[in-house]
Amino acid sequence: MATEFSFPDPAAKAAIAEYESEKLSLSMGPSHPSTHGVLRLQLELDGEVVTKCEPIIGYLHRGDEKIAENMTYNQFVPYTDRLDYIAPLANNMAYAIAVEKLAKLEVPARCQAIRVLTAEMARLSSHLLGLGAFGIDTGAWTVFMYTFNEREKLYRLFEELTGARFTTSYSRIGGLARDVPEGWTGRVSAFCDQFLPILEEILALLTRNKIFMDRTVGIGVISKEDAIAYGLTGPNLRGSGLGLDLRKDCPYSGYQQYEFDVPVGTTGDSYDRYLVRGEEMRQSVRIIHQVIATFPGGPWYATEARKIFAPPKDKILTSMEELIQNFMLVTEGPQMPAGEVYFEAENPKGVLGFYVVSKGGGVPWRLKIRAPSFCNLSILPKLCVGTMVSDVVAILGSLDFVMGECDR
Amino acid sequence: MLDLWNNLHPLVQGLIKGLAVILVIFPLAGASSLAERKVSAWMQGRPGPNRAMVPWIAWIPFLSTFLRRLGLFHLLADGGKLLFKEEPLPGHVNKLYFILAPVIAMMPAFTTVTVVPFGAYLTGSGEMVPLMLANVDVGLLAVFAVSSLGVYSLILAGWASNSKYPFLGGVRASAQLISYELSMTLSVVPVFLWINAPGTAGTMSLARVVEFQSQPGFWGGTWFVFLMPVSAFIFLVSLFAETNRQPFDMAESEADLVGGFHTEFGAFKWSLFFVAEYSHMLVGSGVFILLFLGGWNPLPWVSLADLIGGLHRLTHAAAVVHPLFVGVLSIVIFLVKVLAMIFFFMWIRWTIPRFRYDQVMKLGWQRLLPLAIGNLVFYALAIAFLQKPV
Repeated sequence: MATEFSFPDPAAKAAIAEYESEKLSLSMGPSHPSTHGVLRLQLELDGEVVTKCEPIIGYLHRGDEKIAENMTYNQFVPYTDRLDYIAPLANNMAYAIAVEKLAKLEVPARCQAIRVLTAEMARLSSHLLGLGAFGIDTGAWTVFMYTFNEREKLYRLFEELTGARFTTSYSRIGGLARDVPEGWTGRVSAFCDQFLPILEEILALLTRNKIFMDRTVGIGVISKEDAIAYGLTGPNLRGSGLGLDLRKDCPYSGYQQYEFDVPVGTTGDSYDRYLVRGEEMRQSVRIIHQVIATFPGGPWYATEARKIFAPPKDKILTSMEELIQNFMLVTEGPQMPAGEVYFEAENPKGVLGFYVVSKGGGVPWRLKIRAPSFCNLSILPKLCVGTMVSDVVAILGSLDFVMGECDR
Repeated sequence: MLDLWNNLHPLVQGLIKGLAVILVIFPLAGASSLAERKVSAWMQGRPGPNRAMVPWIAWIPFLSTFLRRLGLFHLLADGGKLLFKEEPLPGHVNKLYFILAPVIAMMPAFTTVTVVPFGAYLTGSGEMVPLMLANVDVGLLAVFAVSSLGVYSLILAGWASNSKYPFLGGVRASAQLISYELSMTLSVVPVFLWINAPGTAGTMSLARVVEFQSQPGFWGGTWFVFLMPVSAFIFLVSLFAETNRQPFDMAESEADLVGGFHTEFGAFKWSLFFVAEYSHMLVGSGVFILLFLGGWNPLPWVSLADLIGGLHRLTHAAAVVHPLFVGVLSIVIFLVKVLAMIFFFMWIRWTIPRFRYDQVMKLGWQRLLPLAIGNLVFYALAIAFLQKPV
C-alpha cells in the first residue's frame, strides 16, 4: 500500500520535495488486452504504483433498458443474451422468471429443471472463462486454452439445445423456446463426468503455484464491510467471506430441491475469489447431476397460460382458436397485468435483477436491470490505489466482469 | 581445405564468418519461433499452425499433407509476411532511435555467437580442437560484455516510441536486465575457479571448460551441473531474466503493458526484436550447455572422444575418425542440447504465470545475489582447500 511517509525533520521533506516526480497519467483501455472488453481505467501512476484509478464505462452502452420499452416481452429475450454474454442462458432465465412473477405464473417442474440445468451450465461456462482470463492476466496462457477446450464442449451442448452457441435466447415468458432434445441430458451428464478431472487439472496449474500465489494472495483485498457497502454480489462477495447466495437464501426455479454448498473465502483477496470460483464449478456439476437424476416429465411450458405462451405449431396450423391466440401473442405480446415487480437471480457474475413496471398489455412500461458487473466494478477506485500496474490487471481478472452487462 | 581457408585474406575470412552467423542464426531463430507456436499448441491441446503450403510441394501426395500438418512452411509464410508488410512509423516517435533500436537488438545477439564454441574436430595427432568463429581468450567475458549491450535496444525502443506503455517496458527492462547480470556473472565464477587451479595460467575460454568436462576419470567427466548445482540454477534463472522470457518478461508483459517496449513496432522491425530474443536464447542456452552440461560431450562421464573411440572399436571404419565426421557429430550433439534447452524455455513459458515487476527485482537482489555470493565464497574456500597451489 502507498503509505504516507512521515519525515521527522521538515527540512528533509522540503529537500525531497524538490526531487518529487510528476505523476504519469495512463489510460488503460478501452482497447487493452486485460480490460476484458471496453472498460477504460484512467490511472495515475507514481512510477509503477497506482495513486488514482478512475473507471470510465459506457463504451458498450446500447440503451437496453429503453429498448425494452419498445418491444414485447418475448422480443426482449435476445437482448438479455447480450447482457452477460458469457452466460446468456442464466440471463434468459432470470428475465423470464421476473416477467412470470409479474404475471403470477408458475411454470411446470420440467421447465424449472431445464432452466436450472442450463443456468448451471452457463455458470460453468462463465467461470471457465473467468478462470482462463484470470490466467492470462497473470501470465498463464495455457490455463485459458484448457478452459476454452471445455467451453467448446459446453457450446456444442448449447447449440444442440438452443440452435445457437453464443446468443441462446432460450427462455420464453411462461416456458422455453423448445424442449430438450432426445438424449441431451445424457450427453450433459457425460460432459460433467469427464469435466471434473480436467477441472482439477486446470486448477492444479494455479492453486499451489508459487508465482500465481505471489501475484494474487493479499492483492485486491475487499473487506466484508466494503463488500456490503459497495453492493458486491456473486463470487466477489463470497470471496470476502459472506455466504450470500440467492439460490440458497431465496430459492427460485426449484433450487431448494438440490443439495449444494456455498463456498466462501476468508480474506477477500484475488486468490480467494479464484478459489471460490473453482469450488462453485464443482458445486455446479453437483447440481447438474442432481437435476438430471430427478429430471421431471410432463409439460415444458405453462400450458394454461394461453395469453402468455404461444400454442404448439401443429395446433396453430389446424385450429382456428390457436391461430388467433398465436396472432394476438405475436402482434400484441404476452398479456401482463398492471403492476411492478423486482426479481433477482444468482447469476455467475453476481445478482442480476430485473425491475419490471407494467401498465398492462404486452410491452413493459419500464424495465430496469441491476447488473452485477456494474456494481462489482464500483469498488475499483478503492481497490486499485496503492497497487502496481500488474496488480490492477490481476484485480480486474479476479473481479471477472463483463462490460456488456455493466454498460447495458 | 584447411590450407585454402588459412590462405584467405583475414577480411574475407571475417566476412564469410559473419555471413555464416547470419545464415545460421536467422533460420535457427525463425525455426525457434515456429517451434514456439507448435510446442505451445501441443501443450495447450490445439493443432497449432497447419495451413501454409507451397504450390509444388502441395502436389506430392502424402508428404505434402504431413508437412502441412507440421506447419513447416509457416516459417516462410511468417517471414514473408513480416518482410512485405507495410512498415509503420508512428508520427510521434523519435525516428532515428526508433529505427535504430531493432538494429541494436540484433548486434549483440549476432556478435556473441562468434565467440561461442559449437563443436570440436579431431586433428591427425588425435587432439580435439574446438570449433569456434573467433577464439578469444576472454571467452565468457566477451559474451557477457557484448550481450549486456542488448539492454540498450530495449531502452531505446521504449524511449523512442514516445508512448507510455513502451516507456514503462523500457524502464522495467533496464532495471531487470542490469540486476540479473550481477548474479549471472557471479554464478559462473566458481566454474572458472575450479578449472583454473591456483598458480596456473588462467583462462576464461568456454572451450577450456568443455575440455575440462571431457577429461577421463570420475572427476574429469563430471559435468559442472553436478559439481555446482547452485551455480547452474542461478545461471539458469538469470538466463530466463536476461532473455526476457516468461516468467520474467517484464519488458513485454503483454497482460498489463500491451506489448511493452515493442508496442509501437510493427512488421519487420518488430520481427527483428524477436529474432534477437531467440538469438539471445540460443546463445544463452549454448553458454549454459558449455558451462554446465558438458558442451558437445554426449553424456556425463562419456566424452566425445570416448564415443568416437567406442564407435571406431565397433565398426573399425576409418570414416568414424575422419575430422569432418567428428566435427559434424559434435555440432549435432551440441545443437540437440541447445534445442532441448530451447524446448525447456518454452515449457516454462507455457506452464507458469508471470512475476510482478517488484517481485522480479526482489528475487534478483534479495535471493539470487546473496545466494550467488554465498555460492562463490563456498566454492572459493572449497577449491582453496582441495587444490593446493603447485
